[in-house]
Amino acid sequence: MKPISYVNPRTLKEAAAAHGGRPEARYLGGGTNLVDLMKLGVERPDILVDLTRLSLDAIEEQPDGSLRVGATARNSDLAAHRAVGEHYPVLAQALLSGSSGQLRNMATTAGNLLQRTRCGYFQDLSRPCNKRVPGSGCGAIEGVNREHAILGHSSHCVATHPSDLAVALAALDAVVELVGPGGVRSVPLTEFYRLPQDRPDLETVMRPGELVTAVLLPAAPAGCVSRYRKARDRAGYTFALASVAAVVRLERGVVRQVAVAFGGLAHRPWRARRTEAALLGTSPTPEAVERAVEAELADAVPLRHNAYKVELARGLAHEVLTSLTTRPGTT
Amino acid sequence: MEARNGRSAHGPGPAARGARHAVTESRVTLRVNDADHRVELEHSATLLEALREALGLTASQKGCDDGLCGTCTVLLEGRRVNSCLLLAVAQEGREIITVEGLVAADADDGRHPLRRAAEDRDVLRCAYCAPEQHRPATEAPAAGDAPGTSVVTEIDLPADAPVRLTADEVRDRLSGHLCRCGAYPNGAGAGQDVVV
Ligand SMILES: Cc1cc2nc3c(=O)[nH]c(=O)nc-3n(C[C@H](O)[C@H](O)[C@H](O)COP(=O)(O)OP(=O)(O)OC[C@H]3O[C@@H](n4cnc5c(N)ncnc54)[C@H](O)[C@@H]3O)c2cc1C
Ligand code: SF4
Ligand code: FES
Ligand code: FES
Repeated sequence: MKPISYVNPRTLKEAAAAHGGRPEARYLGGGTNLVDLMKLGVERPDILVDLTRLSLDAIEEQPDGSLRVGATARNSDLAAHRAVGEHYPVLAQALLSGSSGQLRNMATTAGNLLQRTRCGYFQDLSRPCNKRVPGSGCGAIEGVNREHAILGHSSHCVATHPSDLAVALAALDAVVELVGPGGVRSVPLTEFYRLPQDRPDLETVMRPGELVTAVLLPAAPAGCVSRYRKARDRAGYTFALASVAAVVRLERGVVRQVAVAFGGLAHRPWRARRTEAALLGTSPTPEAVERAVEAELADAVPLRHNAYKVELARGLAHEVLTSLTTRPGTT
Repeated sequence: MEARNGRSAHGPGPAARGARHAVTESRVTLRVNDADHRVELEHSATLLEALREALGLTASQKGCDDGLCGTCTVLLEGRRVNSCLLLAVAQEGREIITVEGLVAADADDGRHPLRRAAEDRDVLRCAYCAPEQHRPATEAPAAGDAPGTSVVTEIDLPADAPVRLTADEVRDRLSGHLCRCGAYPNGAGAGQDVVV
């Protein structure tokens, strides 16, 4: 690793000043992704601004029933939080199906959302990668792309976003709170990530120097049920090949609210709006669920090695949505 | 070697304001196994490197250096973490316990209950993974992990339900530990011996 400066600010203001919006500056959360990428030479910051002593780790229930999750709240604490278990099971399931106990004890909420892709070409300095070196080409498009995207990819990048947490948050309509030189702003998680287009190096809508201070979860209406299901190469401790997060509220068998997000299929968590539209207001049969899922996946464009992902995602979504829409989840 | 015992004190501590450009090492106090250690550290040194090279605590192993294998696991503020992915400088003042520390805190016959279980079950082959493999199961219900921290068995239980360490549960908790000799079945069994 190259020599680096390190600062340990006591206030947000100091943190922002130390970072200064410079491209070589990085905020440090748990470090589980950043330090790894620094060892590989993919990330080469000259200064690290540690956020873990800023008291941004609170997880607080708000009077309006929403949940405010501080940026440095650890993944293990969030998964174990009583309010999460009670109101957002999909979130606990997503977190607990990711990485290992050790890593979850270190990883922060914001760091998890901002972790970089696990594309092997991105991590290998000897290979071309438009995300790492804009304009150098993409090793994966014609290379080994079994784990890559089937939705929303471009001729510049076919990488997927690796986070399980982000998929659950997309289905929960979470909002990301940012602080930067321009002040405080809030961005819905579904608008936080960019598709690769011709600038895969730009992954989110964050502006230079901005940092995440919190994630806000809207109150879960009574009677909501939710689930996360993840398919991967082994039973534990590995990234999703495909996953699905779903939140459903039924009233006398009729779907009154539904949110579905796929993971492992695209450069960002993929909200399946067409599936949702097809289910809303209906009492779906298993066949209708199948058609609703198909409505979203019809657009999938698999690469040479990942056609299996279409079938995998279809199966996961079908199972999860059938179980949630036939379960008596209402009063 | 990135971490070393420092005698020449130069450069402000990491908390110092303005310790920015070009200052790439600091003198920090690491609190390891109930003792304070003053060390001079490159900021890029991992906690694992600092423990092994500056403090000579070599029970924590560098297996993958990537967060994958778990041989570098230590307790940080009472929770298990991979020391190969933590920067040492960022851990100033935080409570760190290594395997050496656990051994020192051993029970009556000088063997940690987990070590006893592992020996009784003849768990290990080469023992490279030994210092760490059998920790998660014992720590989980106590302080190592918050309750409700596995997706395997607890997902439909109320958050305040007691942790049930079934075989599947122990296996999931051990999943952050790779053993290249494949000594898993007895490892999981030893975990259960201690906690059930
Ligand atoms: C072996 C292994 C297996 C894994 N398996 C999974 C898995 O199955 N599922 C999964 O979802 N993840 C998995 N992970 C990834 C893990 O979840 C992430 O590494 C972790 O969540 C990152 O969090 P962190 O706090 O350590 O981030 P850091 O490494 O500290 O930061 C990551 C990025 O976010 C930036 N950043 C951090 N905090 C802020 C902030 N507040 N504001 C602005 N920028 C910020 C940093 O500058 C950096 O660019 C795995 C990791 C490993 C090593
Ligand atoms: S898929 Fe994206 S991240 Fe992977 S090599 Fe191509 S440009 Fe790089
Ligand atoms: S050396 Fe840290 S996880 Fe392998
Ligand atoms: S006993 Fe050999 S690595 Fe585990």
